[in-house]
Amino acid sequence: MNCTDFLSQLTDYFDGQISPELLEEVRTHLGECSHCTVVLNTTRQTIEVYKGNEIYAISDDLRERLHSAIMDKCLASKR
Amino acid sequence: MPAIQSPGTEEIHPDVALVERAKGGDTAAFEQLVRQYERQIFRVAQHITQNREDAEDITQDAFLKAYEKLDQFQGNSKFSTWLVRIAVNESLMRLRKRKTSKTVSMDEDVQTEEGSIPRDFAEWRPNPEQIYDQNELGNILRKTIQGLPPGFRTVFTLRDIENLSTEETAEALGLSVPAVKSRLLRARLQLRERLSRYFGHKEGQPA
Repeated sequence: MNCTDFLSQLTDYFDGQISPELLEEVRTHLGECSHCTVVLNTTRQTIEVYKGNEIYAISDDLRERLHSAIMDKCLASKR
Repeated sequence: MPAIQSPGTEEIHPDVALVERAKGGDTAAFEQLVRQYERQIFRVAQHITQNREDAEDITQDAFLKAYEKLDQFQGNSKFSTWLVRIAVNESLMRLRKRKTSKTVSMDEDVQTEEGSIPRDFAEWRPNPEQIYDQNELGNILRKTIQGLPPGFRTVFTLRDIENLSTEETAEALGLSVPAVKSRLLRARLQLRERLSRYFGHKEGQPA
């Protein structure tokens, strides 16, 4: 497995949807390639930092306003 | 590929009953669905459009459309996936309106090679407490995701922020599973590359 092959497996690797044979190859490659190890670790960090920080939090006020507006529009539409 | 669930073993999602009641004219049931998903729909719209006022309008329009078209919802997908699909379409339409000269679709910008070949190989680990206050970190994350092409931003939002499965994301975006996977990989790699500029060389780590 080379670095390009590794990258093509990265999404399935994160999803845990990788066959045992390929997983073994990925692990072997990671053992030999410090660059891909960094890419793996920092891609994981990237996902985690976005998951862990709600960057567009909605305030209670906005949510209530939005909720009322949605219901007003829907009830006025009489589907 | 997940196997198609056989009838009988499938757990019935609680939304199914609410949708049935709403179809029958029970507005309280529909309101419960709105409560359940308004935050998510707003977040999705804001991630795609990067604009709060647009996200507010889109959230209202998406629920209105869902309400009006409820009879067309066949239950082949989850109600939430159907709703996300409506919101994504509304959001992309809004982006198209905003930049009149340029088309915006899920097929756009996929030719870009940026970030698809990693260039930065410094280890980093964002440590918000020490390095950034929460505000500054939020700004970095917003600025970074804003720089992604809309097609990549949308896939990343649904998979990694809203935790939809690959199959649900494909359904919500009208893309194939391999197309979702390839866009997700490139979205993640581009974000990684951009975040490395902020986090890559802190605390005296070697480059």
